[in-house]
Amino acid sequence: MGVVTLTLNNQLISAREGQSLLEVIRENGVDLPTLCHLDGLSERGGCRLCVVEAEGTSRLLAACVTPVQEGMNIRTHTERLVRYRKMLVELLLAERTHVCSVCAVNGRCELQALAARLGIDHVRYEPLHPDLPVDASHGRFVLDHNRCILCGRCVRACDEVEGAHTLDFMGRGVQSRIIVDLDQPWGSSRSCTGCGKCVQVCPTGAIVARENIAGGVEKRPDFLLRILEGRQKRIWRW
Amino acid sequence: MNRTELQTMAEAERSRQQAFRCRFLCCAGTPCLSAGGGAVQQALKQAVAARNFEASVEVVGAGCMGPCSRGPLVRVIAENGEETLYERMTPEKAARLVEAHAAPGSTTLPEEWRIAEDSPFFSKQTKIVLSGSGRVDPERLESYVGEGGYSALAHALREMTPEEVCEEVVRSGLRGRGGAGYPTGVKWNLMRKAPGERKFVVANGDEGDPGAYMDRTLMESDPHRVLEGMALAAYAVGAEQGYVYVRGEYPLAAQRMERAIRAAERRGLLGHRIFESRFNFRIDIRIGAGAFVCGEETALMASIMGRRGQPVPRPPYPAQRGLWGAPTLINNVETFGNIPPIIQRGGTWYAGYGTEKSRGTKVFALAGKVSWTGLIEVPLGITLREIVFDIGGGIPGGRAFKAAQTGGPSGGCIPAAHLDTPMDYENLQALGSIMGSGGLIIMDDTSCMPDVAKFFMEFCMDESCGKCTPCRSGTVQMVRLLDRITGGRAVPEDLERLEDLCMLLKETSLCGLGQTAPNPVLSTLRHFREEYEAHIRERRCPAGVCDLGN
Repeated sequence: MGVVTLTLNNQLISAREGQSLLEVIRENGVDLPTLCHLDGLSERGGCRLCVVEAEGTSRLLAACVTPVQEGMNIRTHTERLVRYRKMLVELLLAERTHVCSVCAVNGRCELQALAARLGIDHVRYEPLHPDLPVDASHGRFVLDHNRCILCGRCVRACDEVEGAHTLDFMGRGVQSRIIVDLDQPWGSSRSCTGCGKCVQVCPTGAIVARENIAGGVEKRPDFLLRILEGRQKRIWRW
Repeated sequence: MNRTELQTMAEAERSRQQAFRCRFLCCAGTPCLSAGGGAVQQALKQAVAARNFEASVEVVGAGCMGPCSRGPLVRVIAENGEETLYERMTPEKAARLVEAHAAPGSTTLPEEWRIAEDSPFFSKQTKIVLSGSGRVDPERLESYVGEGGYSALAHALREMTPEEVCEEVVRSGLRGRGGAGYPTGVKWNLMRKAPGERKFVVANGDEGDPGAYMDRTLMESDPHRVLEGMALAAYAVGAEQGYVYVRGEYPLAAQRMERAIRAAERRGLLGHRIFESRFNFRIDIRIGAGAFVCGEETALMASIMGRRGQPVPRPPYPAQRGLWGAPTLINNVETFGNIPPIIQRGGTWYAGYGTEKSRGTKVFALAGKVSWTGLIEVPLGITLREIVFDIGGGIPGGRAFKAAQTGGPSGGCIPAAHLDTPMDYENLQALGSIMGSGGLIIMDDTSCMPDVAKFFMEFCMDESCGKCTPCRSGTVQMVRLLDRITGGRAVPEDLERLEDLCMLLKETSLCGLGQTAPNPVLSTLRHFREEYEAHIRERRCPAGVCDLGN
């Protein structure tokens, strides 16, 4: 595979052809925040937190869906980008009802951690507080729409890794919502295998296991890679 | 069918038309039909039957004739070729029309029923795409063939290589009429060279902009022209399958396109071995479910493939990876409508219209506060003043022109100071607006610009697909801020917040919908900032539209 060289924040670096900008940026130790990206899942390009500036183009590029190119000159933390990232997280916080103090994943939430890292101490936008239900019909998992950021990680994990495609989106715009099967209570779903991958990959407290609520168990989204690697290398064949 | 048979069909149709003593062409487009055009056509037919004129007088439904606000329209073509256009027809008037025209010398009609065909509304226009609209019967293939239809396709298949077809389009300087204005010939050449065994051609008829109906009219009035344009494109790029993606709100357009496809297939003008050549091309219709975002090409392709209509990041562009991974050419319906005349009369002829960088003509849907509203086709480079005051007949009620909104929710407003700017892609962009697909809404001094911006922002909020954060959540917050401004509840920081959000959406959104959604706000802020400030600081609406609660 070919090698390309590019400039990342004024430093000359090299990358393999076909890699995404995000991979390369992270390999080089730059901390670029993401929410919808998760190693092992297809890219969605939806949260837009990973936008970077590239010299020669006026457009901002979402690093997760942009392949590296020879001679790129990338900046990841300009004043404008940091400002936009803060605004994006603020918009997410205003969109649904995120009350950390009563959340099962308080202290272990990616959205919360990101907001803290970006120094967000208040939200400038009017909170929408939509009237959304909590689906607690499943025996082991709970889906709380009020904490969902619509990153789609659960949908992709369910479809691409588990192969069940129980979860999907409904509605559009700010009315978008995660649904189970044909928008039915999770407990009545016949396609759900109860594997719990959605729980592990969900970055917030939107999907949690019942035991999480009491015990505060950490989510482990990185396990996807272990599954996928094992599947690819066929290490479980016997 | 071969070329000789096409000529025979055209001649037969022409002599059939000439055999009539007089022909009544009734507009059967959606605006005229909703104004009662169906009843008028029915009344004409009854009046003809009552006098036993069926053999010598023809009554047909034709396409859009232009001045939609004057509908229902009826065009009468006499034996000697003389044409008269009548406005605001009613069934009662229709009977008298038959008396006056089919039974000569019997009665004369009031002069005010007529529209003078030499009025500026018509004389300032140049009809290329719409040349057949209002003249051909969209329900009959023969009618289109009689006007020279499908001869460009026959000519291309017989005497031109795909490269030459592309070259002719390059020479014409035609740019995509969907809004972005990408050079059509360049796109075709890219597609032609793209490797792939299967290729697709898609006509984008998902026209969701408020106030715009160019594509609907073309599909309703002259469906075969779109099909011929698509077939020429397919030949040029090597595709064998095409789709017409019709907006769900356009049932009549879909129905006419469907009928046209079946008729063309039956005569061997579509399908296998077209004109007895080795070229095969099939077209199917896909009807949208009512999502503005499906006009965006990647979302449109997802919808055609039966998936959720959401955009995906580009690159890869459709010409590289489109429908089912195959290279796909997507052009607007109006773009395809330009192709047959370009092939027939040459790219150089077409390039003779318009300006240096924006060649040819553009169809606009003229709406709002002008005396004449309707569908117009003008050479690019025409000034806004000519459109508003000559073609549109000026602002009614003696009021003042305030602004023209172009490009729908992705566009912006052009204030009175720029009335003399030539309308082309670059100039409009420089003014902070866009050509867009051709919606043109004229506003007078009774319009409140923050209120207009709010209207378009609400539209974008409703139509956002919800995939990316800035568009999904940002549009809602922008609507809220605009609501505070127009409601007299805003503080000066709100304007700052609004501008910040504009830049965020513009720069970080995933697709064109989000990237251009702030344009109405940005352009009204640019040209009418004082109105926003009056709302915020003085709690006053200069246009007297907003209820500020005082």
